[in-house]
Amino acid sequence: MKTTTLALALLLGSVTAGCVTINIYFPAAAAEKAADKIIDDIWQLKQGTKPQTDQPQGEKK
Amino acid sequence: MIATPRFVAWLFLVILSWAPLAQAAADLEINTPAITSLKQSMQQRYGELAGFYASGAVGLTQDGLVAVRDPAAAPLAQRQQLNSLVAAENQDRQALYREIARANGHPEWESEVRSTFAQRWISKAAAGWWYQNAGGAWTRK
Repeated sequence: MKTTTLALALLLGSVTAGCVTINIYFPAAAAEKAADKIIDDIWQLKQGTKPQTDQPQGEKK
Repeated sequence: MIATPRFVAWLFLVILSWAPLAQAAADLEINTPAITSLKQSMQQRYGELAGFYASGAVGLTQDGLVAVRDPAAAPLAQRQQLNSLVAAENQDRQALYREIARANGHPEWESEVRSTFAQRWISKAAAGWWYQNAGGAWTRK
């Protein structure tokens, strides 16, 4: 029983650490997504008249 | 401590409560009033800038801004307007990068936000527009 508690505490700890990690490092993929959304709005590229449909070479998660 | 079923259930609830946080971290916050108003201002200005992008009078720089590339490509009467348009656009762009970094609780991300945008502006530019390549040379798309 004690082991279960310990395991759960460890799990909770690593989940917490995971969240912190996500927030510390620059989220490159999320930033690209956000940039695309904003640029589409400003240049009004939404209506299927995109100049092109390339994907960033960026790392897909 | 003894792992009673109640305690285990409580722990699971605590873990589950983190899920929305992890979800939120996957997307950047871009819906603040400041960002929305910057977007609107730039969208309006694009109506005036579009012709200059197309003629090559204005180009996209490698640092996420715009610059007057060839004033001669714009009619003489519009050259004064050209400079003020570019200056205003660059002010908005700098503010946009700063606001995105700040809205996500990391003002120090500003330069990374800016370089992400620099790539995406160029990548989404229409054919015929001018941009600065990695070496800083003007290139036509």
